[in-house]
Amino acid sequence: MSLTEMTEEISNRVGAICDGLAGIEGPLLPILHEVQDEYGFIPDGALQTIAKRLNLSRAEVHGVASFYHDFREEKPGKHVIKICRAEACQAMGADDVADHAKRKLKVGWSETTRDQNVTLEPVYCLGLCACAPAAMVDGKVIGRVSKDRLDRILSEVGS
Amino acid sequence: MSLIQEVDYGTPAAKSEKTVTINVDGFDVTVPEGTSIMRASMEVGIKVPKLCATDMVDAFGSCRLCLVEVEGRNGTPSSCTTPVADGMVVHTQTERLKKIRKGVMELYISDHPLDCLTCAANGDCELQDMAGAVGLRDVRYGYDGGNHVKTRQNGEENARYMAKDQSNPYFTYDPSKCIVCSRCVRACEEVQGTFALTIEGRGFESRVSPGMHENFLDSECVSCGACVQACPTATLQEKSVIEIGQPEHSVVTTCAYCGVGCSFKAEMRGDELVRMVPYKDGKANRGHSCVKGRFAYGYASHQDRILNPMIREKTSDPWREVSWEEALSYTANKFKSIQEKHGKGAIGGITSSRCTNEETFLVQKLIRAGFGNNNVDTCARVCHSPTGYGLKTTFGTSAGTQDFDSVEQTDVVILIGANPTDGHPVFASRLKKRLRQGAELIVIDPRRIDLVQSPHIKAAAHLALRPGTNVAVLTSLSHVIVTEGLFDEKFIRERCDWDEFQDWAAFVSDPQNSPEEVERLSGVPAETVRKAARVFARGGNGAIYYGLGVTEHSQGSTTVMAIANLAMATGNLGRPGVGVNPLRGQNNVQGACDMGSFPHELPGYRHVADDATRDVFEKIWGVKLDDEPGLRIPNMLDAAVEGTFKGIYIQGEDILQSDPDTKHVAAGLAAMECVVVHDLFLNETANHAHVFLPGSTFLEKDGTFTNAERRINRVRKVMKPKNGFADWEVTQNLARAMGLDWNYTHPSQVMDEIAATTPSFAGVDYDLLEREGSIQWPCNEKAPMGTPVMHIDGFVRGKGKFVVTEYVATDERTGPRFPLLLTTGRILSQYNVGAQTRRTENTAWHKEDLLEIHPHDAEQRGVRDGDWVRLASRSGETSLRATITDRVAPGVVYTTFHHPGTQANVITTDFTDWATNCPEYKVTAVQITPSNGPSEWQVEYDKQAEQSRRIAPRVDAAE
Repeated sequence: MSLTEMTEEISNRVGAICDGLAGIEGPLLPILHEVQDEYGFIPDGALQTIAKRLNLSRAEVHGVASFYHDFREEKPGKHVIKICRAEACQAMGADDVADHAKRKLKVGWSETTRDQNVTLEPVYCLGLCACAPAAMVDGKVIGRVSKDRLDRILSEVGS
Repeated sequence: MSLIQEVDYGTPAAKSEKTVTINVDGFDVTVPEGTSIMRASMEVGIKVPKLCATDMVDAFGSCRLCLVEVEGRNGTPSSCTTPVADGMVVHTQTERLKKIRKGVMELYISDHPLDCLTCAANGDCELQDMAGAVGLRDVRYGYDGGNHVKTRQNGEENARYMAKDQSNPYFTYDPSKCIVCSRCVRACEEVQGTFALTIEGRGFESRVSPGMHENFLDSECVSCGACVQACPTATLQEKSVIEIGQPEHSVVTTCAYCGVGCSFKAEMRGDELVRMVPYKDGKANRGHSCVKGRFAYGYASHQDRILNPMIREKTSDPWREVSWEEALSYTANKFKSIQEKHGKGAIGGITSSRCTNEETFLVQKLIRAGFGNNNVDTCARVCHSPTGYGLKTTFGTSAGTQDFDSVEQTDVVILIGANPTDGHPVFASRLKKRLRQGAELIVIDPRRIDLVQSPHIKAAAHLALRPGTNVAVLTSLSHVIVTEGLFDEKFIRERCDWDEFQDWAAFVSDPQNSPEEVERLSGVPAETVRKAARVFARGGNGAIYYGLGVTEHSQGSTTVMAIANLAMATGNLGRPGVGVNPLRGQNNVQGACDMGSFPHELPGYRHVADDATRDVFEKIWGVKLDDEPGLRIPNMLDAAVEGTFKGIYIQGEDILQSDPDTKHVAAGLAAMECVVVHDLFLNETANHAHVFLPGSTFLEKDGTFTNAERRINRVRKVMKPKNGFADWEVTQNLARAMGLDWNYTHPSQVMDEIAATTPSFAGVDYDLLEREGSIQWPCNEKAPMGTPVMHIDGFVRGKGKFVVTEYVATDERTGPRFPLLLTTGRILSQYNVGAQTRRTENTAWHKEDLLEIHPHDAEQRGVRDGDWVRLASRSGETSLRATITDRVAPGVVYTTFHHPGTQANVITTDFTDWATNCPEYKVTAVQITPSNGPSEWQVEYDKQAEQSRRIAPRVDAAE
């Protein structure tokens, strides 16, 4: 696909998402969520399309999208691992687990492994403090994450 | 003289009529309900420390500095977001508050550069002021932690640091100085209505972002400068302040660009203009401005400006710089000898819509009393003369009915043939604010202007009519209103002539005027017209705003009367929020018309044939006045070609570029013996001139401008005229050279003469203007403080007059050779023929005129975006670049006329309005074909222009 075709494709798909949700009250966040569900991130050009459809300025849409760390600007790896860094998890050793993950995957926060397999992201509270440290793998929450448990998770996703 | 410091009340005024009394630090204060504690405190002079609050935008409550304590309430609420309540007892300074504020300031300063001494905002920085006010003495956090200030941190690049954005020609954005108060973001949204700025990121990462992390120039920013004005630090800073330093005194004056007439503080350092800041007490602009008014004043000191008088025998000669005496006596002798040889009527003049009322009055006085004829006309001939005719016929006065504040009470707006976001930007911002509050908008325009749809604005209906069908479409709107019984019978019976209404109602009800029939001419779907008519008639306060897209047609006067009919039929006159409002193009075009610039009218729109009126002037001026109307501009040119008109004095007007059918204008000028151009620059008309008298800018003279709402605003001299004389002095010296005994020493004396002779100005003098700031005419015994809204208890002419508006199509038709319709317009960054704005940094936005063409028409002709195209009409041809857009409908093309190289008026025809000769700029049948570059005519024209602008090296006179 050429670049213009790609842009057109994005604009059409994002446009269709907007059409589906434009009628609801406060449609911007639900639209951003659906776009991210569709692509795994918010692709270039999507925000312009959303701004146009919702009659907002580019700046406004950028302001909202950039406020939430959950909306990614780049395509993530095949798997997304989020490790909680909030107080309870930190108290239960989440930092060690996180350092371990970074070392093994050779990535920093919000980075993707070279083979595009795993993206490592920080998250601030998954509501699982009672089972800290907590993590989330491809949308599924996991409690009591030790280094060993993390190794098992990594091998399950193939890293 | 000192720097005018306007009081910042922190939050906007509340509009409630109910009042509330509170006690602040022991002082009682009574304010309207809904006022913030901060504003109430300021009313008694108590300044609560603040950073994120300013009275141009709504309270936000983010800076945590304006906290107060309220007896009987818990905590420390922010005074900007807390409204007053009866009996409230407020303390603004307590030990607890002092501690909190100091702590907050400490945090701010821990992420702010400490370069105050070399900072451009030094002396004008609210952060600095607040650090002083809270007594900040040290910052315990140090400067080694995370910050946005340092380029490198701990030996590594600081990822948070962002370099200064200098892309905008007029101001810089330095993110390292930003305190994220959001004032700029809110000013862009609430005041300007563009929504170009946002805060990106969150928490400590938050920063102001134009567009999507773009630079200012590439973003949606329109450079109005509201953000710069709102910024409490040097984050957004005028480049002129960075270059020059802080101003030390300021003078309130009036912008010399469009007809909105914004009030500004010209902030000066010595005789150097540092910056223009919109004046909050300005009743037209309420503290707002556009890119032109605030920033585009560089032309006043541009190197192209001519500062010495010049003459030449033949226009093929180079110019010769001479003394003022020589230039004026040369002119006087020439004019006199022409009159001896060819008769009294062989000379005339054109007044300027850019000069002051006083200057215009003097030019027409020179012509009527000195030349002894009525050969005076003005550029309003080519713009709003149909407004004068149409509104005088129907209502009895030649002017808009409202003030700009009126838009705040409007519920539904019809906008016809005007593009306010480009042509009248400050009015557009005020309109958009009202639209965001829920008012409805109906746009009647062939082109999809920004107001049809832009962030947070969506017109209820866009009637994208074929150029030239205004009358038919307006009549079809009236058809719906009359046939569906939506007219205001009570209003019509009370205020208008009922018989005339019935005749008119019968006419509009005729099935041939139904939207369904008119659709065939106009291309506007009947359903859209019906919907628009219902929205307007039922929507509450209905106001009509219009521009040159109404007047510059062969049926311009008819359209104005159709608008008046529509307003009368729906009862939308005589109170705030309604009315018929022409958006006048130039700063003083209203004034120029008021001051008797037309060949048939003395000041105050009184016919020259009226003995009583002439008598008033004859007594004061001590001469006999001609009772026959003189020549209009096109007639002067015709007469010149015929050989009976030989000399002309043109003040501040470039007829060669701005008048239609350039070739005819050129031929007329070339046929004259003495063309005198009085202007800032060697404009296009000066290519054919024999005498050039250097003009002065609005910064260099005293006087008044009258804006589109009839508001007489003071223009004040902030510096000496660079050319030696203000324009009124030049005209006076010319009059003296011609033997007239004029001895004005100040424009206020001219205003006194205007007041003494013109009933609608009878109460106006400079003392009153000084006291009130501005006055809307009529100002006389009946309305000593002026008239914001006209026709309140009845029309000036007595009964409102319904006029039957038969649609007569223009003779300019498309055909196989010229299948497209060309219409013309404006762009925000440029003004009129561009003489001023082209000589400023505004060219960053608009370097050349472009032809807008629909993708369908472009494809048929093999035209790609950016290609040169040849634009040809029955009158002539020119070349320019094309831009492909669906803003115009298929069959319609559009361009601007800001650049002389384009010569859009080579294309326009000499068809004119039937009543006033206003040219039909807005409809020309054309053909577009691909081309390789400028046309032969353009190349030749450029050569001739260059040749005729030569100035001979100065030879010192041997004395």
